[in-house]
Amino acid sequence: MADMKIGAYICKGCGLGERLDCDELATIAKRDGKAQVVQQHDFLCSEDGVSMIRNDIDNEGVNRVVIAACSRRAKTDAFNFDGEVCVARANLREGVIWIRPDEDEFQETTQEMAADYVRMGCAEVKYQTPPHPAEERGCHEAILVVGGGVSGMTAALEAAKAGYPVHIVEKEAQLGGAVGQMWKDIPMHSPYTDPVEPVTRRLIEEVEANERITVHLSSRLTKTSGAPGRFSADISAESGSTTTENFGAIVMASGATPYDASKLPELGYGKSPDVVDRVEMEKLAIEADGGPIKRPSDGKEVKKVTFIQCAGQRSEKEGHLPYCSGDCCLTSIKQAMYFKDRNPDIETEVLFTDLRTPGAPGEDFYRSGQDKEVTFRKGVVSEVVAGSNGPVVKFKDLILDEDVEEEADLVVLATGMVPNSGVDIELAAGPNVEGEEEEAQTDSEGNAIEIPVESVLNLTYRQGKDLPHLKYGFNDSHFICFPYETRRTGIYASGPVRRPMDTPQAIEDATGAALKAIQALENAKLGRAAHPRSGDLSYPSFRKEGCTQCKRCTVECPFGAIDEDEERYPKFNEARCRRCGTCMGACPVRVISFENYSVDTVGQQIKNCDIPDEFDEKPRFLVLACENDAYPALDMAAMQGNSYSQWARVIPVRCLGSVNTIWITDALNSGYDGVVLMGCKKGDDYQCHFVKGSEMAHYRMSKIDDTLEQLNLEKERVETYEVAITDIERAPKLINDMAETIDKIGMSPFKF
Amino acid sequence: MSDYNQQMIEKYRGNFLKEVEANVEEGDWVKMCMQCGVCSGSCPLGPHWEHPPQEIFMMIRANKREDILSSSSMWMCTSCYNCIARCPRGLPITHIMHGLATYAKRLGLAPKEQPTAKFAQLFWDNLTKTGRVNELKLGLSLYFMNGFGEGIKTALKMKDVGLGMLKTKRMTPMEMLGGHKCKDVKGLQAMLKKAEELEEARIGKRG
Ligand code: SF4
Ligand code: SF4
Ligand code: SF4
Repeated sequence: MADMKIGAYICKGCGLGERLDCDELATIAKRDGKAQVVQQHDFLCSEDGVSMIRNDIDNEGVNRVVIAACSRRAKTDAFNFDGEVCVARANLREGVIWIRPDEDEFQETTQEMAADYVRMGCAEVKYQTPPHPAEERGCHEAILVVGGGVSGMTAALEAAKAGYPVHIVEKEAQLGGAVGQMWKDIPMHSPYTDPVEPVTRRLIEEVEANERITVHLSSRLTKTSGAPGRFSADISAESGSTTTENFGAIVMASGATPYDASKLPELGYGKSPDVVDRVEMEKLAIEADGGPIKRPSDGKEVKKVTFIQCAGQRSEKEGHLPYCSGDCCLTSIKQAMYFKDRNPDIETEVLFTDLRTPGAPGEDFYRSGQDKEVTFRKGVVSEVVAGSNGPVVKFKDLILDEDVEEEADLVVLATGMVPNSGVDIELAAGPNVEGEEEEAQTDSEGNAIEIPVESVLNLTYRQGKDLPHLKYGFNDSHFICFPYETRRTGIYASGPVRRPMDTPQAIEDATGAALKAIQALENAKLGRAAHPRSGDLSYPSFRKEGCTQCKRCTVECPFGAIDEDEERYPKFNEARCRRCGTCMGACPVRVISFENYSVDTVGQQIKNCDIPDEFDEKPRFLVLACENDAYPALDMAAMQGNSYSQWARVIPVRCLGSVNTIWITDALNSGYDGVVLMGCKKGDDYQCHFVKGSEMAHYRMSKIDDTLEQLNLEKERVETYEVAITDIERAPKLINDMAETIDKIGMSPFKF
Repeated sequence: MSDYNQQMIEKYRGNFLKEVEANVEEGDWVKMCMQCGVCSGSCPLGPHWEHPPQEIFMMIRANKREDILSSSSMWMCTSCYNCIARCPRGLPITHIMHGLATYAKRLGLAPKEQPTAKFAQLFWDNLTKTGRVNELKLGLSLYFMNGFGEGIKTALKMKDVGLGMLKTKRMTPMEMLGGHKCKDVKGLQAMLKKAEELEEARIGKRG
């Protein structure tokens, strides 16, 4: 760029002036960094310091700013010149003086570290351009809610109250979902003692009365295309008619289907009409409507009812659900109260192995059940058989250690819920995604359960029709850091489709998902990233001439942001993109880049670090650290007075997934002695901000050995780790481990 | 006695929990036990019980009436209150143990040779005779509880303690002759008799 003008600003505050030779750093910025303007300041983040920089920007034409001071995570408000200029932060405080001991013998190497970070900062800005918002802007405000149960209706009402038009698409002929089928529900407010009217009755009234909400009953989505801010959906009714509507964002609240109890013949289901599942129990209660509950076989009033907990759940058996559905214990307690509240003399027994009553009402409601003399017995049921007067339950009492047979008038199986999460696109795609090959297989092993194969969303995305699943068929929705955020931007999972939950939790979920949907469509209007880099203007672009159509980017993008155009080139959808850079790391010909983050912005930092020759006996190794977790962990390590090797040069990356292997090979080729990569936890309990980024990076690095072999280098020279933000002691240790390794195996032969 | 037992069996046919709730001190807490086992784990005597508290509560709910009432378990309780201090559900376990023991005795089901039960009876008899506990007599009756031979043996074993107590005037042999008593022994006994009548009327026991 012709009119590029670099200004380097060196801070002497926070002890930097005492520990470092700032005049020398200024010279380096000028000589090596080619900064046209170089200034030092005693207290750079002060009003005076900042206005000095601003003045240079406004009057001297400085448009690339290098702040040689504290970590990029500190003083973000003071050094915020966003949009106008590019800013690089040379981390001299947390990255140099705080992480190195203040002793004379280390003075020289500490100064070298600082000098390198100044060079690197200057190199970085040189290859950045200020980001501009995506041209394609979202224009639709309406929110599509898939599913008209508690979660869907709540999301719709919340969004409508915030002023957004909403369409609810419900596959059944009426609203209400699973809770709508109940006689009563678990109480949501204190005192948590008695079953209450299901909230669905009120919700349905409110939805029907709300002018902003349009309801499509007996309807499904037959096609969903587009991106946040400009989704288009075909809503097809059972009658055959189809309407097409435009939306800004989507809330997927498709709920769960009751587990099919006919898979439990050992528990007497299907053999005796007096063995029912939880849904049928609700039907019996609705029929009785407060009167005596009668059993199905002969209409006799039930005098003794036995509930069997965890029926076909929390079990590794073929066809059973491996997980806990979360609300069945409370549901059985509630259903036992249906009997007790009418007639305390009716015997109600709950056979459990672990009674689990999560959520606010849980413990109190359990106590209330005990108070009403529902009998809770810890026992494992082996079988339910037909007896002369009703089903006979055979179980082992685990407290009294004895086998028991008991006849009941009615047996209720506390069966689980199976999420309506659509097709498992990763299973459907098969081992297409190289890095996920193993993952997908183990998944299918763990998944003896039958997953509904009908698509819910029917997305036209290249990556598949529905939201990706995580485990047991539940939709993946970053439950550790960002609940509701699925791996399809602008589409938010809410309610039991993302994890087992009860009514109050589904309501809370819906509120959160509605908010996320609003955030996504508002950001799309401005051409900015939705989250987690909310407001980020940069987005990936690719150089078509260089692209070999290998499709790695479309496969590796964790968020399904990249489609394919008519000529089979990747087609980036900026509004779907989360700006993780995984595509950039994946591209073998390196044609993908962001305006302010690219193969060059990092590659040039690597190149501009000074590599002393062999005889200096000063190794150098590169640390590529995820800016979300590993880098802050290193900053915090510095704050707490830890230290790591003076030979390390740390570069923050957006996500480990954005690490292109060229950086590693270039570094090794140019004389670095080793490379340490630090990303977040991967796998089913991932902590990666970008879900699959760290996993992709680990996968790519597992192949780096070949490269090392070609270069005739030891494979210990490249290490990849999962580092959490709390690894304040461990992260520096991992760096020191590399220093030790180099000490042991010797320096790289590639020094000049 | 067994009449009374029969009467109770008929009254609560098959619902021992109800029977406990109506007749045992703090019995209405039993249903609130959540079977965590903390009490059994906390009880210093737990390992020596046939049925530790948690199990007793489960047995009550499983209608194991005879097994519980004839058990020696609740007689083992030393009232240390460990369990009460720890029960997450706040059950007054110690009181329930004593309540169950009392009820078993009232029904005539308490184990005959249970030492705690026996001693409790000795203590009661001793106390109600004069309105004051006669320690010398109580001690001796305790020694001889299991027969003459054993009584002599125990007495000999304890003789140094006894002599020491005599020397320091903690005990006087004169107590053997009637011993000290409260002012109005007759009045006290009349009072106790009345109390017993009232109690029997309350529980509907017809001797
Ligand atoms: S990989 Fe990341 S940066 Fe690339 S298109 Fe997908 S979301 Fe955007
Ligand atoms: S500690 Fe309390 S709740 Fe737990 S088993 Fe004992 S009585 Fe029951
Ligand atoms: S009070 Fe009784 S039951 Fe409770 S811990 Fe002590 S001895 Fe055991």
